[in-house]
Amino acid sequence: MLEWIGLLPAFPLAGFLALVLTRGNLPRRIAGVIGVGSIGLSFLLAILISIEFLGSGLESHTQLLWTWMSVGSFTPGFSFYLDGLTVVMLLIISGIGFLIHLYSTGFMADDPGFARFFSYMNLFVASMLVLVLADNLVLLYLGWEGVGLCSYLLIGFWYDNPANGYAARKAFVVTRVGDTSMAIGLFLLFQQLGTLNIQEIMTLAPQQWSEGSGVVVAASALLLGGAVGKSAQLPLQTWLPDAMAGPTPISALIHAATMVTAGVYLIARTHVLFELAPSVQLLVAFVGLATLLMAGFTALTQRDIKRILAYSTVSQIGYMFLALGVGAWSAAIFHLMTHAFFKALLFLASGTVILSLHHEHDIFRMGGMRKKLPVAFWSFVIGSAALTALPFTSGFYSKDAILLAALEQPQYGTLLWLGGVLGAFLTAIYSFRLVFVAFFGEDHTQDAPAHHSHDHAHDDHHHGPVREITGFVMAAPLVILAVLSLVGGFIHVPVDSVFGVHEEHHASTLVHGFMIAVPIVGVLISYLLYSGAPQGRGLQQWLKSVRESAGGGALMRFFFSGWGMDKLYDFLFVRPFIALAQLNRRDLVDQFYGLLVELARIGNRAIVLTQTGYLRWYAISLIGGLVLVIGIGVWA
Amino acid sequence: MPSIPYEHGLILAAILFVCGLIGVLTRRNIVFILMSLEIMLNACGLAFVVGSARWGHADGQIMFLMILTLAAAEVAVGLGLIIQMYRRFHTVDISVLSEMKG
Repeated sequence: MLEWIGLLPAFPLAGFLALVLTRGNLPRRIAGVIGVGSIGLSFLLAILISIEFLGSGLESHTQLLWTWMSVGSFTPGFSFYLDGLTVVMLLIISGIGFLIHLYSTGFMADDPGFARFFSYMNLFVASMLVLVLADNLVLLYLGWEGVGLCSYLLIGFWYDNPANGYAARKAFVVTRVGDTSMAIGLFLLFQQLGTLNIQEIMTLAPQQWSEGSGVVVAASALLLGGAVGKSAQLPLQTWLPDAMAGPTPISALIHAATMVTAGVYLIARTHVLFELAPSVQLLVAFVGLATLLMAGFTALTQRDIKRILAYSTVSQIGYMFLALGVGAWSAAIFHLMTHAFFKALLFLASGTVILSLHHEHDIFRMGGMRKKLPVAFWSFVIGSAALTALPFTSGFYSKDAILLAALEQPQYGTLLWLGGVLGAFLTAIYSFRLVFVAFFGEDHTQDAPAHHSHDHAHDDHHHGPVREITGFVMAAPLVILAVLSLVGGFIHVPVDSVFGVHEEHHASTLVHGFMIAVPIVGVLISYLLYSGAPQGRGLQQWLKSVRESAGGGALMRFFFSGWGMDKLYDFLFVRPFIALAQLNRRDLVDQFYGLLVELARIGNRAIVLTQTGYLRWYAISLIGGLVLVIGIGVWA
Repeated sequence: MPSIPYEHGLILAAILFVCGLIGVLTRRNIVFILMSLEIMLNACGLAFVVGSARWGHADGQIMFLMILTLAAAEVAVGLGLIIQMYRRFHTVDISVLSEMKG
């Protein structure tokens, strides 16, 4: 089976080509079958390959398909590498990708761009599979840019709304900043080591560089730049909340489960470099910590259901970075997997809510949906429980592993741990705030709009009766993901052989108890604050007074705007860039060529005068010229 | 046979040429312009013949034969154009056809 590995990305790619070359002229049924079927085939193959891989004692396997280019000693190939980490990623991408594709056939059923949607999705899955299968960094970069392109295309999928196009461009440009840094990192690695094969780099690096030497610090910092851009971490996180402009299945697949975790994958894949550069690795941990706290506070104040989930994604990837930063590689990958389960579940459930409520995004205009949208409600409860890391859900085990690993960090262990626990507390409050506000209390769907929700797909806010839209294709993925969110914590991630360490974390019962208690307390506070329960009246009054006080209101607005990062970047980069562009519009070089044009025009005007249209004028000038030439010949 | 001095022949050719030129420049009727052109061509032909007689060389006379043929062809084309012009514009005044001015 292992020699069939090349077919994994080939199926979705073939699906993409089939859908693109027919230019959307296929009947919806057939387009849907191609779109979903190609991923289904990849998933089946991934399962077969994984079984063989796990059965054969976790032997890593390399398969060279063909040499891509050959320039001197630089011969990157289309060659795929399979080990435990790859297998985990393969199953997540193709498995969750398949479920989301299936869901999309229901979600996008009435969309005119049905075939286009599936063609982009297939291209995305193909690129993502290339990214995780690549055995050299050049091929990885190909997949990396491929998923970036698909992300751009799908965020701007409903392109007739200019705001969506803006969000797509923003995502593309901001991630490009990180990608540039990563490309420079690749150049540096090649210049120093003479190879971009990942496994060779992993063996060469410790021989060539001592711990903390300048080159390895620079290389890993540059790679971190790429990871930070793709995974929406500080300071390049601003694109992800706006990326929610795309259709909801896109948010689930690309902006929650797979693409945004590519940065985590990259760091885990090149973990040897980061181990050689402890300062950069510490930076990874603090980037994760800062991001998870910032995004947590921001999520507390959001009203848009998808933006809450987006900030929570940023925050959860912050946890993965924290884990990477403290060297808990397998904990990071474990959390990547469980996060893919429950965040995909939450996003798909929010898609059901949005579709059932006629493209309503504001949670304060939902309310009381528990009875009307039972499938979405239970999905949200299970997903939020896993996100909050309530005991025995999948998120509990992965977050537990990360926090315990953070505690064991020798220098800043306690600080990192406390920050992580505070993040977990915030997570509990904001995720159950969403559940209580949207699904409990009174029905607010008929209220006048409080403010304009800006990233809905269509502007037809006609509020018909609320009716849950679920068919088999939409309900089945929700159920499967819900089950995975609950039991996913018992899956063992076979990555110990990749990282060469078996991670076992121990802590006192007190620490364990604290970590179990914190999310539960968070959920309780959230219940008192947001469910309208009579016991929480005092707290609700307090929150209201905070919101109405000048300082509290300003703080809320500050959090709501994502800590003013968008404004800051607008001020620091966008405006100076536009000003510079305006300045350069009348640039000197252009002036010179403008002068040439002007001269030609003057010459033209002068000579046009001689063209009178009278034959005798031409004859006279002919004779005049003749006389002149002969005269010169005779007397000169 | 007393020969005519070649200067006389050349002076006659020059006079004829200038006559033709003045005709081309001053006439407005295109038929006369064409006739003036013929005079100019023949003036050139005369100069060739005189030259050939002066140096006892046959090239000049052959050149005159060529000019003769050329003139015949030119007249054929020119007359054709004049007929077309008359059909289209109902005039043979060349100054009417000045719409090609820049």
